[in-house]
Amino acid sequence: MVEQEQSQSMVSERPPVVAEVVDLNFFYGDFHALKNINFYIPANKVTALIGPSGCGKTTLLRCFNRMHDLYPGNRYEGGILVNGENIISPKVDPIEVRMRISMVFQKPNPFPKSIYENVAYGLRVRGIRDKSLIDQKVEEALRGAALWDEVKDRLHESAYALSGGQQQRLCIARAIVTDPDIVLFDEPTSALDPIATRSIEELMVSLKERVTIIIVTHSMQQAARFSDYTAFMYMGELIEFNDTKTVFNNASHPQTQEYISGKIG
Amino acid sequence: MQGRDNLLHRRRLEKVFVAVALVLIVSALLVLLSLTAEMFIDGLPRLNWKFFTSFPSRHASDAGLLSAWVGTVLVISLAAIFSIPLGIAAGVYLEEYGRDSWLAAIIEINVTNLAAVPPIIYGLVALGIFVQSWNLGETVLTGGLTIALLMLPTVVVVSREAIRAIPASLKEAAYAVGASKWQVIWDHVLPYSLGSILTGVIVAVSRAIGETAPLITVGALTYIAFLPESPFTSKFPYVSFAWLQAPFTVVPIQMFNWISRAGTDFQANAAAAGAVLVILTLLMNGVAIYLRYRLRKAVQW
Repeated sequence: MVEQEQSQSMVSERPPVVAEVVDLNFFYGDFHALKNINFYIPANKVTALIGPSGCGKTTLLRCFNRMHDLYPGNRYEGGILVNGENIISPKVDPIEVRMRISMVFQKPNPFPKSIYENVAYGLRVRGIRDKSLIDQKVEEALRGAALWDEVKDRLHESAYALSGGQQQRLCIARAIVTDPDIVLFDEPTSALDPIATRSIEELMVSLKERVTIIIVTHSMQQAARFSDYTAFMYMGELIEFNDTKTVFNNASHPQTQEYISGKIG
Repeated sequence: MQGRDNLLHRRRLEKVFVAVALVLIVSALLVLLSLTAEMFIDGLPRLNWKFFTSFPSRHASDAGLLSAWVGTVLVISLAAIFSIPLGIAAGVYLEEYGRDSWLAAIIEINVTNLAAVPPIIYGLVALGIFVQSWNLGETVLTGGLTIALLMLPTVVVVSREAIRAIPASLKEAAYAVGASKWQVIWDHVLPYSLGSILTGVIVAVSRAIGETAPLITVGALTYIAFLPESPFTSKFPYVSFAWLQAPFTVVPIQMFNWISRAGTDFQANAAAAGAVLVILTLLMNGVAIYLRYRLRKAVQW
């Protein structure tokens, strides 16, 4: 039933796609957290996952980089296809997945190391030792994260000396330094003030050229402001997926309309 | 008005409780202080350079602590070398790898129980294993292994707690850029928890310095008038492990030996040895507090 409606509400013309989610189910032990999710992630766009608390949007996001593998009792079914490979298959090494799909978390979580080392870490784990290459990549990533001018004179100071918004941009630099295909954002601005939030949003829009972005957000306004595609989830199901304008102005599913107009949530 | 009377009563009760608590703690501290002070006053005449550079002797005024403190340093160093890496590794395994496995559960129950076993039992185990089965003899090596056994549960427990205190968000951040489990442990878990681990280890060491019973059980001597061979030699390969095979004594055993000569001048020697132990423990705890302060400041989240 839901699936039919879902497929009807899909956009008819498909943009270039980097990832395709096929019949994805996810279980925390016995709890069926994600139910038959089908949609796709358009390349070099911002796709927002929205829905009320507990709807499964963060759970879905964390499937993309196999974060659930870190904790026992979690189980995936179905597929997330990236370049034709099912990245949630047990045969695929989760570390390999995370090397291509990086993540920015809800609360800024820099390492208790220097600003430079925070960004360089992704390169170091890959065994890169060439100092000039690391220097160059770190600068590029910090520029990409709109942080370079603020920190270029104190790269070797502790990341904890930065403000919350700067820390989150540092985490973004850490996530893009290795040129991933997709960057996942898990409510990246929920711990930040409105000004820092705005700068992070502008940053995400500017990042679209180099990466594909999937963002979980609690704020519908945020999704409406700058995402290109929006997926609305409710109780572990994907209710509607379409370009953001259509979802917000002309949702085909009554539940989506109710959520967007504030009747549920 | 009823309510106000009741409030006055409750306020009074609170004051009474504070007063009682204060009296109790002050009297406990006074007893401790007077005992320590008495020991220092008794031992003071002996606390000089000669005391640390002389072997035990029949004459109380000539008798010193040399073989005992060298023995303590050797035994405790060995114990630290054996127990610290093993204990930290066990802590890492239990927290990072063995979560929810039956093997980890068994180890955990055993470690927790071991921490509560009286030290003399360790002495008996060590006597059976190190002295009799492995034929290591009544040597520095046996003493070090015995104390290592005793320290191990504490080091494991301390390491686990330190590792558990690291926020999951930091580990996830490392995993999210493609780090392997070992990289997460080596680059993040261990460096961030080292401060707390070290603090706990120093407390364990300062307790081990005072251990007497298990070392008597494995055959530490009470009278030793020579030092173990130096670990450094003038000839190639410049290091020697002969000291591992040497018989030994430690400060608390030497102290016990002097105390047991009742009514003689040796009581002053015992008091002096006690003062040395107390100062050593205070120093080590001071270092632990300083380290905790420094490392917590460097690593914060």
